[in-house]
Amino acid sequence: MYWNSFSEFMAMGNHGVYVWGSVGVMAILMLLEPVLLIQSRKNLIARLKRQFRAERSDANTDRKTSPQR
Amino acid sequence: MGNKLINIYRFASPQAFYPLAGKMIPWFWTLAAIFGIAGLYIGFLVAPTDAQQGEGYRIIFLHVPASWLSMFIYLVMAFWAGLGLGFNFRLSGMMASALAPTGALFAFLSLWTGALWGKPMWGTWWVWDARLTSELILLFLYVGFIALQSSIDDPRRADKAGAILALVGVVNIPIIYFSVKWWNTLHQGSSVSLTKSPSMAVTMLWGMLLCALGCWMYSIAVALMRVRSIMLERERHTDWVRAELAEPGEHAGQE
Repeated sequence: MYWNSFSEFMAMGNHGVYVWGSVGVMAILMLLEPVLLIQSRKNLIARLKRQFRAERSDANTDRKTSPQR
Repeated sequence: MGNKLINIYRFASPQAFYPLAGKMIPWFWTLAAIFGIAGLYIGFLVAPTDAQQGEGYRIIFLHVPASWLSMFIYLVMAFWAGLGLGFNFRLSGMMASALAPTGALFAFLSLWTGALWGKPMWGTWWVWDARLTSELILLFLYVGFIALQSSIDDPRRADKAGAILALVGVVNIPIIYFSVKWWNTLHQGSSVSLTKSPSMAVTMLWGMLLCALGCWMYSIAVALMRVRSIMLERERHTDWVRAELAEPGEHAGQE
């Protein structure tokens, strides 16, 4: 371990703002990307399932009504 | 050999690639976490201070991996785009589209961490020198690729237009990479070179390489997640997507 104390680690030799500003933004964005992907995937699957269900029920009513034609 | 070819073609179809990608994603996340934690541990807790730059140099453990990945992802994206243009594989265009946002992310992070590194070391957030400007152009190429693709409704045509943009933009990659050699820039020379031994301490080098590997594995994991969604969306009219999303207990083909 290179550091003597936690505060020394946080200070980064007076470059703390720059170092932690880099770490923070990179960490946030690299966490945000997969979270957004999971969310949009859930939405997409829900939308497609709704669409398929609607198409199926359309097909069923078509079949029921067609002999009466 | 014939068998091998068939296998490649089999996995080039979205239908076969979709479940394979799904199985691979957790593995790449695991690798990303292992490499990332190891790299950050070495970079931030073990590596000694830099004689010239003090502790601010530790931004290197983020900046260099982000920059490498921004360039590497572009090459992979252009490769897939070119493959799609030449052979019309359905998978190629989807892979290229899946890689672009992650590449843009790393290009942005490269500029962001670079600015935060430049301020304490050079006294300025930004200069219009060759390295920085060409990296900014790379970010614009990614954004342009995404914008162009989303502006065209027909996915096939969007793929083609995007592929041409991506292939033309490849010129920029060697410009970024060699800019510090070709022009006299404020940006320092390469820390790691293929031809001569690295100009940095071994511990630092290991930290940087592990962080880069972590970012690489992250990119693959994220790109595979994104490509799976793109596959469902684009292939929603096919039977395999219906089967994939079928409610438990019902048959895919059932009406």
